[in-house]
Amino acid sequence: MQVDEALVRHIARLARMKIEGAQVAGLEQELTAIFGWVEQLNDIDTAGVEPMTGVAGLKMRPRADAVTDGDCAETVVKNAPLSEDNFFVVPKVIE
Amino acid sequence: MSVLTQLTIAQARDGLDKKDFTSAELASAHFDAIEAANPSLNAYLLMTREQALSMAAASDARLAKGKGGALEGIPLGIKDLFATKGVRTTACSHILDGFIPAYESTVTQNLWNAGAVMLGKLNMDEFAMGSSNETSYYRPCVSPWRREGDDAKLAPGGSSGGSASAVAARLAMGATASDTGGSIRQPAAFTGTVGIKPTYGRCSRYGMVAFASSLDQAGPITRTVRDAAIMLREMCGHDAKDATSANIAVPDFEKALGKKLKGLKVGIPKEYRVDGMSPEIDALWEKGIAWFKAAGATISHVSLPHTHAALPAYYIVAPAEASSNLARYDGVRYGLRVNGSDIVDMYERTRAEGFGTEVRRRILIGTYVLSAGYYDAYYLKAQKVRSLIKRDFDQAFESVDVMLTPTTPTPAFALGTKSANPLEMYLNDIFTVTVNMAGLPGLSVPAGFSADGLPLGLQIIGKPFDEETVLRAGQVIEDAGGPCRAPQAWWTETPKAAAAKAPAKTKAAKPAKSSKKRVDDG
Repeated sequence: MQVDEALVRHIARLARMKIEGAQVAGLEQELTAIFGWVEQLNDIDTAGVEPMTGVAGLKMRPRADAVTDGDCAETVVKNAPLSEDNFFVVPKVIE
Repeated sequence: MSVLTQLTIAQARDGLDKKDFTSAELASAHFDAIEAANPSLNAYLLMTREQALSMAAASDARLAKGKGGALEGIPLGIKDLFATKGVRTTACSHILDGFIPAYESTVTQNLWNAGAVMLGKLNMDEFAMGSSNETSYYRPCVSPWRREGDDAKLAPGGSSGGSASAVAARLAMGATASDTGGSIRQPAAFTGTVGIKPTYGRCSRYGMVAFASSLDQAGPITRTVRDAAIMLREMCGHDAKDATSANIAVPDFEKALGKKLKGLKVGIPKEYRVDGMSPEIDALWEKGIAWFKAAGATISHVSLPHTHAALPAYYIVAPAEASSNLARYDGVRYGLRVNGSDIVDMYERTRAEGFGTEVRRRILIGTYVLSAGYYDAYYLKAQKVRSLIKRDFDQAFESVDVMLTPTTPTPAFALGTKSANPLEMYLNDIFTVTVNMAGLPGLSVPAGFSADGLPLGLQIIGKPFDEETVLRAGQVIEDAGGPCRAPQAWWTETPKAAAAKAPAKTKAAKPAKSSKKRVDDG
């Protein structure tokens, strides 16, 4: 598979990562090589094979529907780059 | 160098019991060693001296009352992937600048509950993505090993490079590590240390910075198999905070080492004899087989036909899960924020600057393989291949108890020699990644040296939740070859040069690029 500039920019947008001009060409090459390499999986017959959903075969058990934590807003926002009155502060979202 | 730092965990435990020395003395001896070595090795990102000394004092008090835990007073290093309450945790990423967790990871809490003492936080590849420690934002950690007659800086392996380097260089008696595709076992092999990745589910992932959730598993790096058994037992256990944590009793792994081995069935998977494998590794493997025969084990050849598919499947599954896990780093709740013209611009700038090259690459791969229209072709296909890999192991384990393979296809390489080609770097994990894909326990044990004097490791792969047999088999290798000797302490050979750098010694490692003020505690 050939990864071109438009695809790199599309994926970068989906991933919310700004990719600068010079990085695009490098990524085109690297991603083309990596996707080319993983294409060898197409040679493996997986007809009728269930996709793996868990390695250990263990059943997840639901826990009790109970509050186990809370009342710690100050702790939650403590590492925030910007906060006010225990809210996270972000650039304006709605005009 | 203090003799106290040379002790194994088992020896230190006995010495503490007999009051030959105190936990405070053990911790201090390690800080002396770290101060001498860290300017050269860059294994520790920060030292938690005050915390260590207060933990050691508490340990000494408990020991005096005869109430010590299984790791009472034992000084350990902690990979920067584990959240440590009140102590900076960054996973060696710029995007987690100054992050100080308000909680403790379950694995480290288990260690503290057993009486262990924290020396500090250890270098690693950014978000555990790498095989050489070169993707760390805090500059690579350097291996304490050098080739004979050559002072080129070698990679300690990755991603747990700081853990392996610190344990090999006697800067910690043991260290926590984590393994998503080989990140415990490959650095252990490169540094002459013992590393075990237990069965998926043995260790809680709560408080471990997530990379690929269906593959990530914590484990110890130590200097002997016995120490690995001691430390692993304390790290494991069911945890309600991790839904994938196995509610299965944790056996006394150390006790298992004493059990008889005669009649053990060891499988040799023929597909692991790959092109490009160094002849030294091949010879090491043959030597390992001979050791098992001499110990009374039965050797048989087994087939794992989908081995070649494990690495490409891994490079779909792991980036896919990583792109999802790393979506949380957006400059809002913690870590780095780079301001932009609007909120999306802020996200995009923060993530572009905060993630390093390899992490960005993997996020892009993962985003693509999960994107609309491609999910079935990539992610679903890879998960089906994963079922086939697991089935191979299930079938092979019907006739054998463990498998013996090399840990890595080559000895350690020099820093900077593989970082230009991502695919070449990925091939380092060719023998280890299958084990993560199938969720099995895997152990690397030092088994010999390359012609130019670098340690080499053999890997034992076991059945799910059968770490006991894996460790017993590892003990056979260690008994035959002896525990790996200590590397020559070249970092202490130029006292003048070291003295000139003295003011920088006690400070935490500085990041590669300049950035705004960061918080270094401890």
